[in-house]
Amino acid sequence: MTDAASQTASTPNLRPPSRFKEFWSSFKENRGAVIGLFVFLAFLLIAAFAPLLAPYSFDAQDRSALLVPPFWQEGGSTKYLLGTDALGRDLLSRLIYGARFSFFIGLLVVTLASFCGVLIGVIAGFAPNWLDTLIMRLMDIILSFPSLLLALVLVAILGPSLINAMIAIAVVLQPHFVRLTRAAVLTEKSKDYVTAARVAGGRPLRIMFRTVLPNCLAPIIVQAALSFSTAILDTAALGFLGMGAQPPTPEWGTMLAEAREFILRAWWVVTFPGLCILITVLAINLMGDGLRDALDPKLKRS
Amino acid sequence: MSDPILIATDLKRHYEVKGGFMKPNAIVRALDGASFSLTPGKTLAVVGESGSGKSTLARVVTMIEPPTEGQLVIGGREIGPDGAAGDRKLRSMVQIVFQDPYGSLNPRQTIGQTLMEPLLLNRPDIKADERTRRAREMLTMVGLRPEHFDRYPHMFSGGQRQRVAVARALMLEPKILVLDEPVSALDLSIQSQVLNLLMDLQERLDLAYLFISHDLSVVRHIADEVLVLYLGQPVEIGPKDVIFDQPRHPYTKALLSATPVADPAERKERIKLTGELPSPMNKPEGCSFNPRCWRRLEICTKVEPPLQGHGHCFACHNPVPDDEEVAA
Amino acid sequence: MSLLEIRNLSVDFATASGKFRAVDGVDVTVDQGELLAIVGESGSGKSVSMLALMGLLPWTATVTADKLEFDGHDLRKISGRQRRRIIGKDISMIFQEPMSSLNPAFTIGWQIKESLRKHTNMSRSQRQDRAVELMQQVGIPAPEKRLQAYPHQLSGGMSQRAMIAMALANKPKLLIADEPTTALDVTIQAQILELLTGLQQETGMALVLITHDMGVVAETVQRVQVQYAGQRVELQEVDGLFENPHHPYTAALLAALPERAIEKRLPTIPGVVPGQFDRPQGCLFSPRCKFADARCIAERPTPAGRDLGYALCHYPLIDGQPTGKETAA
Repeated sequence: MTDAASQTASTPNLRPPSRFKEFWSSFKENRGAVIGLFVFLAFLLIAAFAPLLAPYSFDAQDRSALLVPPFWQEGGSTKYLLGTDALGRDLLSRLIYGARFSFFIGLLVVTLASFCGVLIGVIAGFAPNWLDTLIMRLMDIILSFPSLLLALVLVAILGPSLINAMIAIAVVLQPHFVRLTRAAVLTEKSKDYVTAARVAGGRPLRIMFRTVLPNCLAPIIVQAALSFSTAILDTAALGFLGMGAQPPTPEWGTMLAEAREFILRAWWVVTFPGLCILITVLAINLMGDGLRDALDPKLKRS
Repeated sequence: MSDPILIATDLKRHYEVKGGFMKPNAIVRALDGASFSLTPGKTLAVVGESGSGKSTLARVVTMIEPPTEGQLVIGGREIGPDGAAGDRKLRSMVQIVFQDPYGSLNPRQTIGQTLMEPLLLNRPDIKADERTRRAREMLTMVGLRPEHFDRYPHMFSGGQRQRVAVARALMLEPKILVLDEPVSALDLSIQSQVLNLLMDLQERLDLAYLFISHDLSVVRHIADEVLVLYLGQPVEIGPKDVIFDQPRHPYTKALLSATPVADPAERKERIKLTGELPSPMNKPEGCSFNPRCWRRLEICTKVEPPLQGHGHCFACHNPVPDDEEVAA
Repeated sequence: MSLLEIRNLSVDFATASGKFRAVDGVDVTVDQGELLAIVGESGSGKSVSMLALMGLLPWTATVTADKLEFDGHDLRKISGRQRRRIIGKDISMIFQEPMSSLNPAFTIGWQIKESLRKHTNMSRSQRQDRAVELMQQVGIPAPEKRLQAYPHQLSGGMSQRAMIAMALANKPKLLIADEPTTALDVTIQAQILELLTGLQQETGMALVLITHDMGVVAETVQRVQVQYAGQRVELQEVDGLFENPHHPYTAALLAALPERAIEKRLPTIPGVVPGQFDRPQGCLFSPRCKFADARCIAERPTPAGRDLGYALCHYPLIDGQPTGKETAA
């Protein structure tokens, strides 16, 4: 009823809203999503300008100030706003640099996972039955392991380092993309415009990637946004278990692991990295939910 | 009258359906022996209920799917099992317009891109600016405006989209246009616009139409010849006036009488057909129409009637009597 | 007194790009045991007005009306609980897609009996008997067996019959059929229409048939209400409507029917139904009307009298010629 298609040609100046405008107006309806977006943007800026924002280098040690509490607490000083850790490093600087790592991790993992996942998914959607079955069973096998456990196993094989941890997480995340893409491809593939492209003489590769794939992007984008937070969370978990980024890298999860023994003596060394992870992941998830509501017509209201 | 551009002889298309665990695979005879020809400037309408194989016929003629059996000759060349793959010339000969104007245009392509795609793929000899020129020309030809060129399909109404679909089909200068229910998704006031457009284009470009429809009043208006399909088999074929005025097959007669007429003064007695179209998986023995037929004879349940006649053919053991025969 | 009386019904949808008026001041009157058709193209608000009556619109819709009365109940004032007691019992509705309007997870019998359970205090065996009776009434062979069937085991025509059986379960006073045959083949359509009109005569219920098919209208109903862009443009007896339409839209629509065409080229209505962004100021049909003049573009028309089919037009047609133009000029 409210279909923009009932637009006539006789009134060219009155146009229905463009795609982006329509997306934005339904995105901004979701207040949580907009807050999430702003937090995410702030996070992005902090990551980009970390060297300018951080008062100290992330590995600069001040032997005279070990485990200094945050400034508002007794014994704290404005020199170290959020206090220092056991080696006398400024917590705030480390957290700011940590944003860089987290963002880098999220970006790389999601790119890797979505690229491979979408590629495999499109192939599975167009493949003959046996290949499709083979791919999907393989994905089922990967999905049947607890994801963190599988990542741990992979890291154990590859050796503990940040890059290996990211590869492991990408492998674990990638089946979700495969399934999603394949499902979207299967729905789109049966539509008439795909047949029309074939009648027009489109070759299989062109049809797969030029005709069908762009129309499957909406759910993939949503999945990518949500995977971003999973990637950060999983890397933090691996870091915490000592299988991810190695000290002195200021990765939030690794920072948590290092600070474990001071949990009772110096609450700030554990709380702040934890809070950072929580806020970032929450913001991205909120944003992802908003994206889904705005992009997925099935969930659209009215 | 010019020579036919397409000749189909005993065209069949069967699908194998998985029988499930421990069951043999079943064969669906979606199209089971259709013979017809298309002539430039003329329209052959194919009518039938859903499940009668109309759309399968469209896909076979458009070379999207190869026929399982039978011969399809287009422009004097026989279509092999690969269809039109690798043969651009053949590909350009037959184009299709689909029923649903909302699903048949790629939502991520502008109208211009949609129109230029067939040229891009099939005519590498045509340069980019020539492609644009032709696409813009086509846009005006189907009654759209030049500024529509850069718009996306979601900004258009159903009727306008159908015009775009027709324009795309015509970009390769085909000789045959397969129209798969081109107006049944459109509103009445838009339907007549599109029908007029199709008739104009046919006259101007001397196109042969294969017009698939379930709406008999539209068929009566646009067709030259009519082919009635039932369960994948042609039961009657002939010139339009003969089919509408003197149907001989009971199914055609029933179909005609079931079609509501927009004239309250003419409320007529209907031939009631009991039951529904059987599944093409288990066709009844003998004439496939016999369980629903009101003129059924003993023989109908046993022997399949052949399609016979000249010009006006029908497949029935006990056809509806001709007016002349009644008079005589 | 009429069974259903709607005066000046308007429905607005809140959309991302502003308010959209789907139904614009529509009147509907249905008498006991009457057969009324509402005809219109997509976007004419024919389904929305009936859904508004049933209270089945999403929350984005705002419904306003001067009068919304069914069988003595003011539907604007009653509570949700009271409304539910009427809807599904005294008013029933069947939809276009029989396949998707039945719940695939339950048997046909369960679904028929559920509405009996909600609205009556019949015992279990009484409900079973009534369900069988209903299935017979709508012409489903082997009713006991079919009651056990799931919707996917029935064909389209059978599902629509089952839907009708469900709708009839509580002997409604009013049945609204929203494009009941659009998804079906012509031979099945003929069966279902015959069934509906037969049942209407048999049970004495009123039937509102929403459709876009002029052929169906001509063959089945008594009174026709033509809607365009959310407004009622004409209301006439069916014979009068087809013979002497008073609104230019009705006239143009009838002329566009292929079977009424005299020439090879069909008469067309230029343009399309106005949407959210191009609603004309005056008469909504004025941009497409061949009789329109400056007054039509500027001023909203008011309905003409009964003898002119309540045509919503400044110059209602008589025998295809506009009237009243001289006096206005």
